[in-house]
Amino acid sequence: MSVLVLAEHNNDKLNEATRKAITAACLISKPVHVIVVGSECENVAKVTSGISGVDKVMLADDPIYKNMLSETTSELLLDLIKDYDFLVAAASTNGKNILPRVAASIDVSQISEIISVIDDKTFQRPIYAGNAIATIETKTEKNVITIRTTAFETAPESDKKAEIERINPKTNPQLSVFIEEKVSSSERPELTSAGIIVSGGRGMQSGDNFKLLESVADKLGAAVGASRAAVDAGFVPNEYQVGQTGKVVAPELYIAVGISGAIQHLAGMKDSKVIVAINKDEEAPIFEVADYGLIADLFEAVPEFDKELEKLQK
Amino acid sequence: MKILVPVKRVVDYNVKIRVDKDTNSVDLNNIKMSMNPFDEIAVEEAIRIKEKGQCDEIVVVSLGPEQSKETIRNALAMGADRGILIKTEHSPEPLIVAKALAKLVQQDNYDLIILGKQSIDDDCNQTGQMLSALLNCSVGTYASKIDFDNDSIIITREIDGGLQTLKLSKPSVVTADLRLNVPRYASLPNIMKAKQKTIDELDPQDLGIDMNPKLVIKKVEEPPKRIGGGKVESIEELIDKLKNEAGVI
Repeated sequence: MSVLVLAEHNNDKLNEATRKAITAACLISKPVHVIVVGSECENVAKVTSGISGVDKVMLADDPIYKNMLSETTSELLLDLIKDYDFLVAAASTNGKNILPRVAASIDVSQISEIISVIDDKTFQRPIYAGNAIATIETKTEKNVITIRTTAFETAPESDKKAEIERINPKTNPQLSVFIEEKVSSSERPELTSAGIIVSGGRGMQSGDNFKLLESVADKLGAAVGASRAAVDAGFVPNEYQVGQTGKVVAPELYIAVGISGAIQHLAGMKDSKVIVAINKDEEAPIFEVADYGLIADLFEAVPEFDKELEKLQK
Repeated sequence: MKILVPVKRVVDYNVKIRVDKDTNSVDLNNIKMSMNPFDEIAVEEAIRIKEKGQCDEIVVVSLGPEQSKETIRNALAMGADRGILIKTEHSPEPLIVAKALAKLVQQDNYDLIILGKQSIDDDCNQTGQMLSALLNCSVGTYASKIDFDNDSIIITREIDGGLQTLKLSKPSVVTADLRLNVPRYASLPNIMKAKQKTIDELDPQDLGIDMNPKLVIKKVEEPPKRIGGGKVESIEELIDKLKNEAGVI
């Protein structure tokens, strides 16, 4: 029973999510092969070949794969999967975009965002934004699986290098054309990969007041998030939203400021390792999930927190 | 141009779900159901395209029980033209939904299919991508903007850490992300008007779809409870705890 893992990368660096997918792949079955699809991405293949658990790396290096477009990449994977029992990827934008297309083409259902491997036919995955956990058994021979990266460890370096095999590109179906990509230039980390998140809710009262949170975030190297209430009130753009219909996050530390803790917000952050809540309403449901709750006026507490962090830095 | 918008009836996003230990499933009795929020965004986008004069007809389709007609009716009240209910006992897995949708698209030649990026019940995030595979057509997931350029569709996609713009050839499947638009509320006159619009009923058998699932849900359980409720009295204590007890700063 062999596993093929699709690597996530930007042609230059391997994305850490791939190491987590490799860990999950090793739990499913062995051997584990990794396919690096991209353009001028040989370095990514080299790094991948040194990861513990990887038995072989395949490299499809061609200009048509530069942006890992779904139609083009799935064409290649369709050809490769003939020799494998499992196709696995991190549930990152590319994994989520490409794998279902491959699954439907070989007439199998995909098992999305698994959080644990029970055996090679049985997996657990969150449903209802993590408010329930489903145990899923597959009835098909081949399986296509994406991995919730927050649930698996990072595969470490190995002392030996796996072989790298170059494979030929397939034809480009030319159904879509890449135009441009704008990677956000914010100094702050991205919400879904941030180790610390500072989020604000309706209690922030205005978009301007988010500056208080930004200042704290910058001292902690944190991302800034928001509840749906804050987004709906127009304080911050949609991309800040943490919650069931926004981003689901699980950082090491989540600081909820002026957030009451509506169900749909809790669904998006309750798997965080440590949760801090600052709110003046002691009845706020956010305190039920918080490890450290501070009942205080945020307009006094946050500037004080900011000052203390500054002292700490010195 | 004809647009197909598949919609799903799901537990309302404000409802706290309960796991029924006896039936190994999520208890759906007497629970408020609504249109999947991402599908609502898809319906809104189709209507905006029509309002710009770039679309002749918007058809809304749902797979599900009789009650899914309410969801379709809701989309009609927002401004879609007619509905189709493919009647099934439960909501089937994404591959089966994609197969049914593919049959409809092949029968009626839609140029664009817009659907939510995922439903908020099973959180699969697959149907659109699968549909594009079965139609062997272009796909643009997680769209935050849709434009038209002659015969192609220009979409901006939300990708990890940024935005990507693609040019898609028609027909195409586009999935809606949160930032695409803010859906309108149906006005009372439009709710009344929607009652006159037609909803056709289809049986999955009519479409020749194999309804047997490939995945079996063995068990549904509650996630491990988070033990919270800890309190601190001051910022000073908070910093001390974060630093020395939790070790996170």
